[in-house]
Amino acid sequence: MASSANVIQVDAERIDLKNRSLAAFLAWLVPGAGHFYQGRHTKGSLYLVCILTTWMLGFALGGGHVVYASWQPGDRRWHYILQAGVGAAALPALIQGNRMRKMTDKGVTSRSYEPMWGGFMAPPHRPVIEDRTDEVSAWYATYGAGYEMGTWYTMIAGLLNILVIYDAYAGPLAVPISGRKKKDDDSDSEQQAAGESDSGAPAATSEPTPEAKA
Amino acid sequence: MISISPTYLMYYVPLIISISLVFGATRHEDTQTILKHAFYTARWITGFMAIIFVILLLINWMV
Repeated sequence: MASSANVIQVDAERIDLKNRSLAAFLAWLVPGAGHFYQGRHTKGSLYLVCILTTWMLGFALGGGHVVYASWQPGDRRWHYILQAGVGAAALPALIQGNRMRKMTDKGVTSRSYEPMWGGFMAPPHRPVIEDRTDEVSAWYATYGAGYEMGTWYTMIAGLLNILVIYDAYAGPLAVPISGRKKKDDDSDSEQQAAGESDSGAPAATSEPTPEAKA
Repeated sequence: MISISPTYLMYYVPLIISISLVFGATRHEDTQTILKHAFYTARWITGFMAIIFVILLLINWMV
Protein backbone atom coordinates (compact mmCIF):
# COMPACT_ATOMS: atom_id res chain seq x y z
CA MET A 1 0.00 0.00 0.00
CA ALA A 2 1.35 3.43 -0.98
CA SER A 3 2.23 5.80 1.83
CA SER A 4 0.55 9.15 1.15
CA ALA A 5 3.64 11.01 2.40
CA ASN A 6 5.52 9.66 -0.59
CA VAL A 7 2.91 10.71 -3.13
CA ILE A 8 3.63 13.97 -4.94
CA GLN A 9 2.06 15.81 -7.83
CA VAL A 10 4.16 17.21 -10.67
CA ASP A 11 2.97 18.51 -14.07
CA ALA A 12 -0.53 17.41 -13.10
CA GLU A 13 0.73 13.85 -12.70
CA ARG A 14 0.49 11.92 -9.48
CA ILE A 15 3.71 10.12 -8.57
CA ASP A 16 4.18 7.51 -5.88
CA LEU A 17 7.85 7.67 -4.89
CA LYS A 18 7.37 4.47 -2.81
CA ASN A 19 10.42 3.76 -0.67
CA ARG A 20 12.52 6.84 -1.47
CA SER A 21 15.79 5.52 -0.07
CA LEU A 22 15.51 2.26 -1.96
CA ALA A 23 14.63 4.16 -5.14
CA ALA A 24 17.67 6.41 -4.69
CA PHE A 25 19.92 3.41 -4.12
CA LEU A 26 18.56 1.65 -7.20
CA ALA A 27 18.99 4.86 -9.21
CA TRP A 28 22.64 4.97 -8.20
CA LEU A 29 23.20 1.27 -8.86
CA VAL A 30 21.74 1.35 -12.38
CA PRO A 31 20.69 4.69 -13.91
CA GLY A 32 16.92 4.67 -14.28
CA ALA A 33 16.35 1.59 -12.10
CA GLY A 34 14.91 3.69 -9.28
CA HIS A 35 12.36 5.16 -11.66
CA PHE A 36 11.38 1.73 -12.96
CA TYR A 37 10.82 0.70 -9.35
CA GLN A 38 8.53 3.71 -8.92
CA GLY A 39 6.67 2.91 -12.11
CA ARG A 40 8.06 5.95 -13.97
CA HIS A 41 9.04 3.87 -16.98
CA THR A 42 9.44 6.63 -19.57
CA LYS A 43 11.87 8.60 -17.46
CA GLY A 44 13.61 5.42 -16.35
CA SER A 45 14.20 4.43 -19.98
CA LEU A 46 15.39 7.93 -20.85
CA TYR A 47 17.91 7.95 -18.00
CA LEU A 48 19.09 4.43 -18.73
CA VAL A 49 19.71 5.16 -22.40
CA CYS A 50 21.18 8.67 -22.04
CA ILE A 51 23.47 8.06 -19.09
CA LEU A 52 24.70 4.58 -19.91
CA THR A 53 25.25 5.54 -23.57
CA THR A 54 27.30 8.56 -22.55
CA TRP A 55 29.24 6.49 -20.06
CA MET A 56 29.93 3.62 -22.47
CA LEU A 57 30.80 5.98 -25.30
CA GLY A 58 33.37 7.64 -23.07
CA PHE A 59 34.68 4.29 -21.94
CA ALA A 60 35.14 3.21 -25.57
CA LEU A 61 36.72 6.52 -26.63
CA GLY A 62 39.40 6.05 -23.99
CA GLY A 63 40.10 2.48 -25.04
CA GLY A 64 38.58 1.12 -21.84
CA HIS A 65 41.29 2.73 -19.68
CA VAL A 66 39.59 5.92 -18.53
CA VAL A 67 37.77 4.37 -15.58
CA TYR A 68 40.05 3.11 -12.84
CA ALA A 69 40.39 3.64 -9.11
CA SER A 70 43.74 4.87 -7.89
CA TRP A 71 44.97 7.11 -5.09
CA GLN A 72 48.70 6.65 -5.48
CA PRO A 73 51.22 9.50 -5.49
CA GLY A 74 51.47 10.81 -9.06
CA ASP A 75 48.22 9.18 -10.07
CA ARG A 76 45.43 10.38 -7.86
CA ARG A 77 42.45 9.50 -9.99
CA TRP A 78 39.91 11.93 -8.51
CA HIS A 79 37.90 11.55 -11.72
CA TYR A 80 36.73 8.18 -10.42
CA ILE A 81 34.73 9.87 -7.65
CA LEU A 82 32.45 11.32 -10.34
CA GLN A 83 32.63 8.28 -12.63
CA ALA A 84 31.38 6.12 -9.76
CA GLY A 85 28.13 8.08 -9.90
CA VAL A 86 26.83 5.54 -12.41
CA GLY A 87 27.02 2.79 -9.79
CA ALA A 88 27.47 -0.83 -10.77
CA ALA A 89 29.10 -0.03 -14.09
CA ALA A 90 32.08 1.52 -12.30
CA LEU A 91 32.40 -0.97 -9.44
CA PRO A 92 34.85 -3.40 -11.14
CA ALA A 93 37.39 -0.56 -10.96
CA LEU A 94 37.28 -0.71 -7.16
CA ILE A 95 38.10 -4.43 -7.18
CA GLN A 96 40.94 -3.93 -9.64
CA GLY A 97 42.23 -0.92 -7.75
CA ASN A 98 42.28 -2.78 -4.45
CA ARG A 99 44.11 -5.71 -6.06
CA MET A 100 46.69 -3.36 -7.56
CA ARG A 101 47.14 -1.63 -4.19
CA LYS A 102 47.96 -4.93 -2.53
CA MET A 103 50.50 -5.74 -5.24
CA THR A 104 52.22 -2.34 -5.01
CA ASP A 105 55.10 -1.78 -2.65
CA LYS A 106 56.76 1.62 -2.19
CA GLY A 107 55.08 2.95 -5.31
CA VAL A 108 56.24 0.14 -7.60
CA THR A 109 54.00 -2.66 -8.88
CA SER A 110 55.16 -6.20 -8.25
CA ARG A 111 56.40 -8.03 -11.36
CA SER A 112 54.07 -10.90 -10.55
CA TYR A 113 51.00 -8.64 -10.83
CA GLU A 114 48.56 -9.56 -13.53
CA PRO A 115 45.26 -7.65 -13.73
CA MET A 116 42.05 -9.63 -13.75
CA TRP A 117 39.55 -9.72 -16.60
CA GLY A 118 42.17 -8.84 -19.21
CA GLY A 119 42.91 -5.51 -17.54
CA PHE A 120 39.28 -4.29 -17.60
CA MET A 121 39.21 -1.10 -15.46
CA ALA A 122 42.63 -1.94 -14.02
CA PRO A 123 44.89 0.91 -12.88
CA PRO A 124 48.17 1.48 -14.74
CA HIS A 125 51.37 -0.22 -13.62
CA ARG A 126 53.39 1.76 -11.07
CA PRO A 127 55.19 4.00 -10.88
CA VAL A 128 53.21 6.69 -12.65
CA ILE A 129 55.30 9.86 -12.71
CA GLU A 130 54.18 13.09 -14.25
CA ASP A 131 56.15 14.10 -17.37
CA ARG A 132 57.75 10.66 -17.59
CA THR A 133 56.99 7.74 -19.88
CA ASP A 134 54.66 5.30 -18.17
CA GLU A 135 51.49 3.36 -18.91
CA VAL A 136 49.23 6.41 -18.58
CA SER A 137 51.29 8.38 -21.10
CA ALA A 138 51.10 5.35 -23.42
CA TRP A 139 47.30 5.47 -23.18
CA TYR A 140 47.35 9.17 -23.99
CA ALA A 141 49.62 8.53 -26.97
CA THR A 142 47.43 5.71 -28.25
CA TYR A 143 44.00 7.27 -27.87
CA GLY A 144 44.87 10.95 -28.18
CA ALA A 145 41.93 13.29 -27.61
CA GLY A 146 39.72 10.23 -27.15
CA TYR A 147 41.35 9.58 -23.78
CA GLU A 148 40.58 13.09 -22.54
CA MET A 149 37.09 13.09 -24.00
CA GLY A 150 36.42 9.61 -22.67
CA THR A 151 37.37 10.76 -19.20
CA TRP A 152 35.02 13.74 -19.50
CA TYR A 153 32.15 11.68 -20.90
CA THR A 154 32.32 9.18 -18.06
CA MET A 155 32.58 11.94 -15.46
CA ILE A 156 29.62 13.83 -16.91
CA ALA A 157 27.56 10.63 -17.00
CA GLY A 158 28.30 10.10 -13.30
CA LEU A 159 27.38 13.70 -12.49
CA LEU A 160 24.12 13.45 -14.42
CA ASN A 161 23.21 10.36 -12.46
CA ILE A 162 23.47 12.36 -9.24
CA LEU A 163 20.58 14.48 -10.53
CA VAL A 164 18.72 11.28 -11.37
CA ILE A 165 19.27 9.94 -7.85
CA TYR A 166 17.76 13.13 -6.46
CA ASP A 167 14.82 12.82 -8.85
CA ALA A 168 14.20 9.27 -7.67
CA TYR A 169 14.40 10.33 -4.03
CA ALA A 170 12.41 13.56 -4.04
CA GLY A 171 10.82 13.99 -7.44
CA PRO A 172 11.66 16.58 -10.10
CA LEU A 173 13.82 19.53 -9.15
CA ALA A 174 12.31 23.00 -9.11
CA VAL A 175 12.76 25.01 -12.31
CA PRO A 176 15.07 27.94 -11.52
CA ILE A 177 13.68 31.44 -12.09
CA SER A 178 16.33 32.11 -14.73
CA GLY A 179 15.14 29.05 -16.63
CA ARG A 180 11.52 30.14 -16.91
CA LYS A 181 10.17 30.97 -20.30
CA LYS A 182 9.12 34.60 -20.46
CA LYS A 183 7.12 34.67 -23.68
CA ASP A 184 3.43 35.01 -23.04
CA ASP A 185 2.35 33.77 -26.44
CA ASP A 186 3.16 30.18 -25.60
CA SER A 187 0.04 28.65 -24.15
CA ASP A 188 1.94 25.86 -22.46
CA SER A 189 4.12 28.23 -20.54
CA GLU A 190 1.04 30.14 -19.50
CA GLN A 191 -0.39 26.93 -18.18
CA GLN A 192 2.80 26.30 -16.26
CA ALA A 193 2.84 29.81 -14.88
CA ALA A 194 -0.72 29.34 -13.71
CA GLY A 195 0.46 26.36 -11.72
CA GLU A 196 2.93 28.47 -9.81
CA SER A 197 2.02 29.52 -6.36
CA ASP A 198 1.88 33.14 -5.24
CA SER A 199 5.03 32.63 -3.26
CA GLY A 200 6.96 32.21 -6.48
CA ALA A 201 7.27 28.45 -6.31
CA PRO A 202 8.30 26.93 -9.63
CA ALA A 203 5.92 25.15 -11.98
CA ALA A 204 7.44 21.73 -11.50
CA THR A 205 7.45 21.67 -7.74
CA SER A 206 7.05 18.33 -6.09
CA GLU A 207 4.13 19.18 -3.90
CA PRO A 208 2.57 16.50 -1.77
CA THR A 209 -0.96 15.68 -2.82
CA PRO A 210 -3.86 17.19 -0.80
CA GLU A 211 -4.56 13.85 0.83
CA ALA A 212 -0.91 13.62 1.84
CA LYS A 213 -1.10 17.02 3.48
CA ALA A 214 -4.26 15.99 5.29
CA MET B 1 42.19 29.41 -37.82
CA ILE B 2 41.18 26.51 -35.56
CA SER B 3 44.11 24.50 -34.26
CA ILE B 4 42.11 21.27 -34.04
CA SER B 5 40.13 19.36 -36.63
CA PRO B 6 36.50 20.55 -36.81
CA THR B 7 35.47 16.90 -36.49
CA TYR B 8 36.46 17.14 -32.83
CA LEU B 9 33.44 19.38 -32.42
CA MET B 10 31.33 16.29 -33.06
CA TYR B 11 32.16 15.14 -29.54
CA TYR B 12 29.72 17.82 -28.48
CA VAL B 13 26.67 16.23 -30.14
CA PRO B 14 26.06 13.17 -27.93
CA LEU B 15 26.88 15.20 -24.84
CA ILE B 16 24.41 17.97 -25.55
CA ILE B 17 21.65 15.46 -26.32
CA SER B 18 22.27 13.50 -23.17
CA ILE B 19 22.72 16.49 -20.86
CA SER B 20 19.66 18.33 -22.21
CA LEU B 21 17.36 15.34 -21.96
CA VAL B 22 18.49 14.40 -18.46
CA PHE B 23 18.23 18.04 -17.32
CA GLY B 24 14.72 18.30 -18.71
CA ALA B 25 13.67 15.00 -17.22
CA THR B 26 14.93 15.89 -13.75
CA ARG B 27 12.71 18.97 -13.77
CA HIS B 28 9.46 17.66 -15.21
CA GLU B 29 7.33 14.57 -15.37
CA ASP B 30 5.36 15.17 -18.54
CA THR B 31 7.15 13.94 -21.68
CA GLN B 32 6.24 16.92 -23.86
CA THR B 33 7.44 19.34 -21.20
CA ILE B 34 10.65 17.36 -20.78
CA LEU B 35 11.37 17.55 -24.52
CA LYS B 36 10.58 21.26 -24.59
CA HIS B 37 12.84 21.95 -21.61
CA ALA B 38 15.57 19.81 -23.23
CA PHE B 39 15.32 21.84 -26.41
CA TYR B 40 15.66 25.14 -24.53
CA THR B 41 18.60 23.80 -22.53
CA ALA B 42 20.37 22.59 -25.69
CA ARG B 43 19.76 25.92 -27.38
CA TRP B 44 21.00 27.88 -24.37
CA ILE B 45 24.20 25.82 -23.98
CA THR B 46 24.88 25.90 -27.72
CA GLY B 47 24.38 29.67 -27.84
CA PHE B 48 26.62 30.21 -24.83
CA MET B 49 29.35 28.00 -26.30
CA ALA B 50 29.04 29.74 -29.66
CA ILE B 51 29.54 33.15 -28.03
CA ILE B 52 32.63 31.90 -26.18
CA PHE B 53 33.88 30.36 -29.41
CA VAL B 54 33.53 33.64 -31.30
CA ILE B 55 35.22 35.59 -28.48
CA LEU B 56 38.15 33.18 -28.50
CA LEU B 57 38.40 33.42 -32.28
CA LEU B 58 38.46 37.21 -32.06
CA ILE B 59 41.15 37.14 -29.39
CA ASN B 60 43.14 34.72 -31.53
CA TRP B 61 42.75 37.01 -34.52
CA MET B 62 43.82 40.12 -32.58
CA VAL B 63 46.88 38.62 -30.88
